[in-house]
Amino acid sequence: MFELSFIWAGIIAFAVLTYVILDGFDLGVGILFPLAETEREKATMMNSIAPIWDGNETWLVLGGGGLFAVFPLAYAVIMPALYMPIILMLLALIFRGVAFEYRWRTERWKPVWDRAFFGGSIVAAFMQGIALGALVQGIDVADRAYAGGWWDWLSLFSILTGCAVVVGYALLGAAWLVMKTEGPLQRQMEGYARWLAMGTLGFIGIVSLLTPFQDPVYFERWFNMPGLALSVAMPGAVLAAAWALFSGLKAHKDAQPFLAALTLFGLCFIGIGISFYPHIVPPGLTIADAAAPDESLRFALVGTVVLVPMILAYTAYAYWVFRGKVDPDEGYH
Amino acid sequence: MFDSFTAEILARVQFAFTVSFHIIFPAFSIGLASYLAVLNALWLRTKDETYLTLFNYWKKIFAVAFGMGVVSGIVMSYQFGTNWSVFSDRTGPVLGPLMAYEVLSAFFLEAGFLGIMLFGRARVGDRLHMLATAMVAFGTLMSATWILSVNSWMQTPAGYGINEAGQFVPEDWWQIVFNPSFPYRLTHMVLAAYLTTALVVGGVGGLHLLRNRQDRPARRMFSMAMWMLICVAPLQIFAGDAHGLNTLEHQPVKVMAMEGHYHSYPDGAPLILFGIPNAKEKRVDYAIEVPYLSSLILKHKWDAPLDGLDTVPDADEPPVAIVFWSFRIMVGIGFAILGLGAWGLWRRFRGRLFDDRLLHRAAIVMGPMGFVAVLAGWITTEVGRQPYTVYGLLRTSDSLAPVAAPAVAASLLAFIVVYFFVFGAGTFYLLRMMNAPPKAPIPGIKEGPLRTVSMSPVAQTNADETPVNRETRDV
Ligand code: HDD
Ligand code: HEM
Ligand code: HEM
Repeated sequence: MFELSFIWAGIIAFAVLTYVILDGFDLGVGILFPLAETEREKATMMNSIAPIWDGNETWLVLGGGGLFAVFPLAYAVIMPALYMPIILMLLALIFRGVAFEYRWRTERWKPVWDRAFFGGSIVAAFMQGIALGALVQGIDVADRAYAGGWWDWLSLFSILTGCAVVVGYALLGAAWLVMKTEGPLQRQMEGYARWLAMGTLGFIGIVSLLTPFQDPVYFERWFNMPGLALSVAMPGAVLAAAWALFSGLKAHKDAQPFLAALTLFGLCFIGIGISFYPHIVPPGLTIADAAAPDESLRFALVGTVVLVPMILAYTAYAYWVFRGKVDPDEGYH
Repeated sequence: MFDSFTAEILARVQFAFTVSFHIIFPAFSIGLASYLAVLNALWLRTKDETYLTLFNYWKKIFAVAFGMGVVSGIVMSYQFGTNWSVFSDRTGPVLGPLMAYEVLSAFFLEAGFLGIMLFGRARVGDRLHMLATAMVAFGTLMSATWILSVNSWMQTPAGYGINEAGQFVPEDWWQIVFNPSFPYRLTHMVLAAYLTTALVVGGVGGLHLLRNRQDRPARRMFSMAMWMLICVAPLQIFAGDAHGLNTLEHQPVKVMAMEGHYHSYPDGAPLILFGIPNAKEKRVDYAIEVPYLSSLILKHKWDAPLDGLDTVPDADEPPVAIVFWSFRIMVGIGFAILGLGAWGLWRRFRGRLFDDRLLHRAAIVMGPMGFVAVLAGWITTEVGRQPYTVYGLLRTSDSLAPVAAPAVAASLLAFIVVYFFVFGAGTFYLLRMMNAPPKAPIPGIKEGPLRTVSMSPVAQTNADETPVNRETRDV
C-alpha cells in the first residue's frame, strides 16, 4: 500500500500546479492590462477572464487549506517564514480582485481601479515568485517552528525567481489573449508573446543553472541517476515546447501558443518537484515528517477523490460555456 | 505603554480586524444568494417582470459584495499560518480537513457557478441558469456549515486525542464535525444572515417607497422583506435562547461574563438589564436588575442557584465589559427586528403597508442593523471564550507564531489602510447602487447579458443608451 502522505503530496502538487497555470494566465492578463490601447480593448481583456477568475483563485485557497489539512507542520513553518511576501501577495490579490467589479461602477475612479488591477496582478505574481525562490533556498526549522529571521526570504536568487514568475505569467496571459481575442489586439499580443517567451526561456535557463547550487542536495539529485537522465531530457522537452510556441505564433494559430506555454510551465514545475522530493520544506522537513496523522489524511482523501473530479468537470463546463472569442459587448455591467 | 503592544496583542487585533471585515460580506451574501435564487425561480414560474427586475438589480449588488467576501476570505485562510502557526500545527490534523472540505464542497461550487449566474443566462438558457443560481446559494450555505463547524469545535472541542507532538488528533469525525455547540451556532448564524439580508432589502425598499409609493419593484421587495422579518425574527430569538442554554452547559464562564455575574447567587440570580461592569471592584455599577429572571431564563426555575466569576481563577476570565455590552447590543437589535416585523405585519393587515411613511423610515434605519448584530454576536462568542483558542485546552498566548512585534504591527497597519480604502470604496458603490431605483428591462433588447441595466463601456457609446444607463452611471 502506497503511503497516504505521498498521495497527498501528489494532490497538493497538483493543486498548486493547477493554480499556477490558471491564475497564471489571469494574473498575466492583469500584468498586460496597461498595454491595452482603447477602452474597448480593456473591456475585452477583462471580460475574457471575468467569469472564471474566482474559480482560478480558489485553487490557491485549496493549496493553502490543503497544506493546513494534511501537512500542518509545513504550513506552520512556511507561513511565518514567508510572512511578508505572503501578506503582500494577499493585499495585492485584494486590489486586483475587487477591480473586476469596481471599475464598472465608477467613471471618475476607473483609472484608479485599472491601476489597482495591474498593480495587484504584478505584485501578486512577483511575491509568488519570491516565495518560490525562498522555498528553494531553504527554510530554517527548529523544534517544530520557523527558526530564521525576518528578511531571510529576500535574496538575489528570490528576486530573480520573482522576476521570472512575472515574465512567465505575462507570457501565459499574452498567449491566452491570442486565443481569446481577434483583430489588432490579437496581433499585438502575438508580438508581446514572442518577446515574453524569449524572456521566460532566459529565466528558465538561469534559474535552472543556479538551483543546483542553492543546496548540495539538489546538485546530487540532478547529477546522479535517475536525475541525470532527466537533466538531459528536460532541456530537450523545454526546447520542444518553445518550438511549438514560436511556430504557433508565427502561423497565427489560436490555441497552440497557449497550450505550448502551459506545457512550459508544467515542465518547470516537474523540475522543481524533482529538486524538492522527498522534502516538502527543504532542507529539513520531509513529506513524511510534516504529514498529519493517517486518520486525517484518510478522511480528507475520501472527499477529495469524490469532489475533485466533480470540480474539474464543472470547471471545464464553465470554460466551455464561455468558449470562443470574447465579445466585449457581452458583460452584464 | 508601548511595551504593551506585544506580538500577541497585535496578532489578536489583526485577526479580529480582518475577520470582522470578512464576516460582514458573507452575512450579506449568504442571505442574498438565497434571495436571488428565490427571485429567479419566481420569475421563471410566474413570468412576472417585477421578479426579473429585482433579480437583475440585486444581482449586480451581489457581485460586488461577493467579490469583497472572496478577497477578504482568502486573507483569513492564510492568517492562521502567518500569525497563529503554533495553533495551526496543533489543530491542523483536526481542523484542516474540515476547512479542506469547505474549499472542495463550497468555494469551488460558488466560484464555478458564479460566472454562469452573472454572465451566462443567454448562453446556457433559463434552466441551467437557474441551476447555477441555486448552486451558488447552496455553496454559500455549505461554506457557512463547514466554517462554523470549525469555529464550534474550537469553542466546544470533542472527538479528539492528543499525540506526543502535542497535536490534537482526530478520533471520531462525527463528534468533531457535530460537536456540541455546532448545531446551535449554525442555525443562529444562518438565520442571522437571512435577517441581515432581509433588513437591507427592506431598507432599500423603504427608501424607494418614500420616493415613489407606486414603484412596483420597491413594493415587491419591501413586502417580501417584511414577511421574512416577521417569520425569522421569532425563530432567531428562540434559536438564540437555545444557543445560550447550550453555552451555559459547555462554557459557563462565558455566560457569567455575558450576564455580568461577578459573584455567585446561591438562591436565584437577577437579570442585569444594564449597568457598567467594573473590573477592578468586580461588580456591576448602576445595575438595573430584574430579580430572579436570569435563573428563570437559564435554569427555567426562579430560585435556581447560579455560579459567578468568583468561582473562576482570574487568569481564566474573559474581559467582562466587552462581552456584557456586545451581548446586549445583539439582543436589543433582535427585539427591535421583531418589533419592525410586527409593525409591518400589522400595517399589512390594515392594507397600509405601502403608505406608512414612518414604517418605511424605520426600515431604512434598521437596514444596517443586521451587520451590527452579527458583529456584536461574534464578539460575544469570541471574546467570551478568551483566554483560550481551543476552549479549556490551548491558550491564546500559546497559539502564537514566532513572529516579531514590528512585523505584525506593519502588516496590521497595512491591512487597516487597505481595508478601509478598498472596502470603503466598495461600500460606497454598493450604497450608490442601492440608491438607484430598480428599473424594468427595456423591451426589445435581448435579455441575458443584461445590457439594459448596464454601463458597459460600449453601451455608453452606443446609440442604445437608455435612461437606465445614465442612472447607474457615475456622477
Ligand atoms: C474559524 C475560526 C474563527 C471564526 C469563524 C471567527 N474567529 Fe474570531 N478568533 C479566532 C477564530 C475564529 C481565533 C483564531 O481563534 C482567535 C485569534 C486569537 C484568539 O484568541 O482567537 C480569534 C479571536 C477573535 C477576537 C479577539 C478576541 C480577544 O482577543 O479577546 C475577536 C474580537 C474575534 N475573533 C472576532 C470574531 C468575529 C467578529 C468573528 C465573526 C466572523 C470571528 N471572530 C469568527
Ligand atoms: C476564520 C474564519 C474564516 C476563514 C478562514 C474563511 C475563509 C474564506 C475564504 C478563503 C473565502 C473565499 C472563497 C473563494 O475563493 O471563493 C471565503 C468566502 C466566504 N466565507 Fe469565509 N472564512 C471564514 C469565516 C467565515 C464565516 C464565519 C462565515 C459564515 C458564517 C463564512 C462564510 C463565507 C462565505 C459564504 C463565503 C463566500 C463569499 C461571500 O459570500 O462573500 N466565512 N471565506
Ligand atoms: C433576542 C435575540 C437573541 C438572542 C437571545 C441571542 C443569543 C445569542 C447567544 C447566547 C450567543 C452566544 C453564543 C455563544 O455563547 O457562543 C449569540 C451569538 C451570535 N448571535 Fe445572537 N441572539 C439574538 C439575536 C441575534 C440577532 C438578531 C442576530 C443577527 C442578526 C444575531 C447574531 C449572532 C451571531 C452572528 C452570533 C455569533 C455566532 C454564534 O455563536 O452563533 N443574534 N447569540
